[in-house]
Parts: sequence; structure tokens; C-alpha cells
Amino acid sequence: MIERTVTICNKAGMHTRPAAVLVKTAAKFKAELTIKKDAFEINGKSIIGVMTLAAEKGSSLILKFDGPDEESAAAAVVELIERGFDEE
Amino acid sequence: MDDTTHTTDEFVIKGIAAAPGIAMGPAYLYTKQVPRVERKPILPDEVEAEIERLNAANARSEKELRKVLAFAEQKLGSDSAKIFEAQIMILTDAILMGTIKKRIAAELINAEFAVTDEVNKYRQMMLASPEEYMHERARDVDDVVNRIIRNIRDQKLFSKLEGASIIVSETLAPADTVIFSRNQILGYATDLGGVTSHAALLSRSLKIPAVVGLHSATKQIKTGDFLAIDGYAGALIINPGADTLKILQARAERFLAFEQQLAGIAALPADTLDKKHIELSSNIEFAEEIVFAQLQGSEGVGLFRTEMQLIGRAEYPSEDEQAALYAGVAEAAFPHPVLFRTFDVGGDKIAPDGQHEENPFLGWRGIRVMLDRTDIFLDQLRAILRASTRHNVRVMFPMVSTVTEVQRAKALLKQAMEDLKRRGIKYDTRIRVGVMIEVPAAAVMAEQLAAEVHFLSIGTNDLVQYLMAVDRGNDAIAPLFQPFHPAVVRTLRHIVEAGHRKNVWVGVCGEMAGDPLATVFLVGIGVDELSVIPPVLPEIKKIIRSIKLKDAKRVADKVCALHTEREIRAFLSSIIKNKVPEIPFDL
Repeated sequence: MIERTVTICNKAGMHTRPAAVLVKTAAKFKAELTIKKDAFEINGKSIIGVMTLAAEKGSSLILKFDGPDEESAAAAVVELIERGFDEE
Repeated sequence: MDDTTHTTDEFVIKGIAAAPGIAMGPAYLYTKQVPRVERKPILPDEVEAEIERLNAANARSEKELRKVLAFAEQKLGSDSAKIFEAQIMILTDAILMGTIKKRIAAELINAEFAVTDEVNKYRQMMLASPEEYMHERARDVDDVVNRIIRNIRDQKLFSKLEGASIIVSETLAPADTVIFSRNQILGYATDLGGVTSHAALLSRSLKIPAVVGLHSATKQIKTGDFLAIDGYAGALIINPGADTLKILQARAERFLAFEQQLAGIAALPADTLDKKHIELSSNIEFAEEIVFAQLQGSEGVGLFRTEMQLIGRAEYPSEDEQAALYAGVAEAAFPHPVLFRTFDVGGDKIAPDGQHEENPFLGWRGIRVMLDRTDIFLDQLRAILRASTRHNVRVMFPMVSTVTEVQRAKALLKQAMEDLKRRGIKYDTRIRVGVMIEVPAAAVMAEQLAAEVHFLSIGTNDLVQYLMAVDRGNDAIAPLFQPFHPAVVRTLRHIVEAGHRKNVWVGVCGEMAGDPLATVFLVGIGVDELSVIPPVLPEIKKIIRSIKLKDAKRVADKVCALHTEREIRAFLSSIIKNKVPEIPFDL
């Protein structure tokens, strides 16, 4: 299992579109993804879960990847968040 | 009001006229059906069938939602349709549905309970969030759950709605639009109104009489009650008696006859008998309304309320997104002008990052917000400039109270122009800039403000509210909201004369511009432009075409000499009855 801490950097935060992109990216891998924000912990492959996080700009998330391809899953998801979901 | 006892007696609820016409018929009370869900045990050999019921319900729900999505995209634009995309994503969330199915099998519970209980976990978290948009999202989640449960129970939507009805509801969310596509609707009445103008927009485009802002109609009306709805006067009549029905019928006929008489007027200019041209344009909130406005004979758009794009959104739209919207409107209106009012957030208007204020109408709103949030303001100014390449775009700042604010806003507009120049993007370097006059301080300083800009446009709703110190939403003091108060009419004349001294044109874009009682007076004080809601446009044009400027001037002089609103109304009413006797005028 790998754990990564990321900060949401796009202006609008994790609204519907970024949430959908994140779920789609995570779903490409076998590894399970758990996202923790404050006291909440949700499944990173579930759109309703990711929407519920209400992660605004500047909020910090702990991502846990667990599975055979956890390395590449972590690389892809972390990069996506750090790119700000390709939004301005 | 809430404690009104009513038996079979007729009574009237006053609201806001949203779409013209008169309708009579049975009420259908449309409330969000919140199904009662109980936990019921199932047997191990029933698990498979239970999951099958859930799968079938999900498939039906998705099909319904895709239909609603298509309808919303077509009628309301892709922005309003986005919430249905989010609902479809939730419905097809594999992890969520997987968990629900696992729980059905492991806990031996019914599908309805499993769905409700599982989704409720997320719902609670959303409701606990301080962010308003998360509460909106919780409502979306509710919609999805209710839809699934209804389909598990194999219930049809609106099974109770048989035959033509007048729909009475709290508000009309985009999700409810489907009822319009499936049922015969005679009329529409809502408790809320103003901010959520989907109801008004839809009923206008579908030509269904509508009254909004009725406060407690849903509490006073039951399905099956006989109603009459007057979409001209903005009234809903419960249990109308025979006499009232006769009056309404006669009124409907007069309005219809008048409408037929007006049929050819759309193509004619808004000129007085002695050839003074008045620019007659429309107030719109959504790009889709422009077609209707043009059919009504509108010369362009005199007020495009850009903040309407913000409803239900968590963030301000990007420059590109706004530029696409504004360019579409400018293109559709060409060669006529379009006036974009920059975001007027605050007061009663939604802001994505709005904050609670003790006294919002005297608070952080309009240009005050934009001058503090220059990043958002610059995005919007650049977007408006990008739409101006055909030289038919105007830009206006709302809620101005000082000359300095206008100078700062103009400096930002200049900065936006320089940004575009650097990026090599074309725009109208001579774009017309104006100020909305709605704060008494701005009315007093109209001449000094006019020296800074190309035009003034008077927002009468707020001007009356601030001048009279009356909250128009407060029923207890409603009679003091007097658009024809002597102080108001004198102030209007002062603003127009101040503008003309600086050679700028002066328009009126508030409700008064569309009030037939005000037209002769406004023409008489020299107003150059009137921007009105599209349904009343032909009527206002008819009045303009029936009077002479020199007579209107005399009327205006007389109005400004009177001492009470009652006298002014009586006088203007007698003028209309005399000059335009065919107008069905008994408001």
C-alpha cells in the first residue's frame, strides 16, 4: 500500500467535472483508492463519494492506493490533481 | 395570511405576472414526493429477485433522466442541463450500486431501504457542509433516490394528473420541466419567484399563463380545487365565483382582441405620432429568450442580466464560457444592440461565494463586489469585449453610488482591453459604457456620472425601494412601495434631464418601463430607451404610437406638479383611457 498527500490546486476545487475525471482515472487501475479528508474517508472510484468530499482549493487529501498496480495508479492520480485537472 | 380560513369562498392571492394569459381549471398540487421507506427483511432466496428489481429500476431511472437531460438541453441550454449529467453519474456509480447490492444480500434487506440508507450517509455529509452548493447537491442526490424508489415501486410519474390542470408548486426546478413535456398544463402558479425564473422562462416560451411569487399558494390549495389564473395582473383566484369567472372571461376576450390588434405592430417602429423615436428593447436573462423578444418586435436587448448564469453554480464561469454566451446573444441580436449588465450579485441575488449579511440590500452587491473581486470582474469584462466585434455590444455597471466607482470600473475595462490586445484578440475599441441608476446618491449625482459614460439606464425597482426606504418583499409595508410617488417621478425627470445636459442617452430598464401606466410620462420626460419584458412589448409600443411627444411633455409636467401617488395614478389612468381606449386597462 502507498500513501500520498496532495493539495487541491485548481481554482474551483473538486466540483463535478474534476470528480468525474478523477473517478475515471482511478477506475483504469486495479488498485483500490481510498481518499481521506478531515474525518471522512471515501472510495476514490465512487463518484458520489468524491463529490461528497467538497474539496475546495487548498484542501489537503490523503490518498491510499492498494493493489498490484498501485505505483502507476498513484502516479496517474497524483499527477492529475497536481495539474489542477487541466482546468485554469 | 397563512392563517386565512377558507371554505368555499373565493379569495385572491396576489403574485407577480410571469407569462400573460388567463386560465381556469382544476389545481394539481405538485409537491416533491418524498416516499416513505421502511426497512423490511427479505428471505435469502429472495435476494436475487430484489437485486433484479433494483437493476430494472436503475435502468428505467437512467432512461427517464436521459430524456429529461435532452429536454433540458433543448429548452434551457446546456448549463442548466449539467445537473442531470451529475444525477446520471450518481445513478451509474458502480461502487455505490455495488455496495447497495452487497448490503441487500448480506443484511437481507429490501432494495428501497438499502438505497435510501446507503445514499443517506453521503447526504448527511453534504448537508453538514458549510458550502451552499453542497446543499444543492444533496437535493440532487434526493432527486436520484426518489426516482429510483418510485421506479422500484413501479409507479408512474404523475399518475394523479388526469386531464388538463393548473400546476401549483413551490418552485420549478429544472428537474420538474418534464411535467411540461408530458402533460396538458393550463397554467402555472408558484410560491417562489424572481430568483428562480425557470418557471417564468418556460411558461413564456411555451405560452402558458403563469403567476409566480405567490408565497403560500401551495399551503392554501389542494389538488382538485377550482382555480383561475390571471397572467396579466399576476393574480391567482381560488374558488372563483360565477361573477368573477364572467369578469375574467370578458377580460380574457378583451386581451385576446387587443393581442390580435397588436399582431402587425411588431414590424412597426416605436415612434410617437410626431415622429420621436423611442428605442424599445427587452430585458432578458437567458440566451434562449431572444427569439421570443424578436417576435414581439424588440429592437435588441436593453438589459441582459449576466448573473443569471450563476444560479446553482459553485463557481463563476470562465472567461471562455462567458465569451461564448455573450457572443451568441450579440450575434442573435445583430444589428440591434445588446446591453450586458455586469454581475449584479448580492442583495437577493445569488453569488457563488456569497456571504451572509445583516442587511444585504444595503450591503456588498453589484459593482461593490466586482471592484473587490477584480479577477472575476476582468474575466467578465474580457468576455463581454470579445463579444463586441460587430459593434453592437454595450456594457453597464450596476449598483453604482459614486463617481470614483465608475472611474475604477472604467480603468479595469481599459486593463481588460489591453489584455486582449496583448493576446491579439479583436474587440470594439469604442464600446459604449453606461451606469445603472438605482441608488439615490447616483440619482442626485446623475449629471456628474453622465460625464463619465455614454449612457444611463434607470433601474426603477431598486430606485423606488431605496428612495422610499421600503423593502418590496415585505407585505406589511407593500402599499408604501410606490413607483408613482411624487418623489420618484421627480427623481426620474431629474436623471433624464441631467443625462441630456451631458449629451448621453437615458433609458429605463426597471419594471416601470413595462408598466403601461408609466409610458406617457416616461416619453414626456424625454426618455430615449425603454427596456421591457418581452410579453408587454407590443402594448407599450402601441401606447408610444398613439401619443404625441408634445402632449406627453404636458402630461409629464402635470404629473410632476401633483402631490400624491393616488392623484398621479388616477391622472395617468385617465390619459391612457383617453388616448388608447382599446387597451384592456383595469389593473
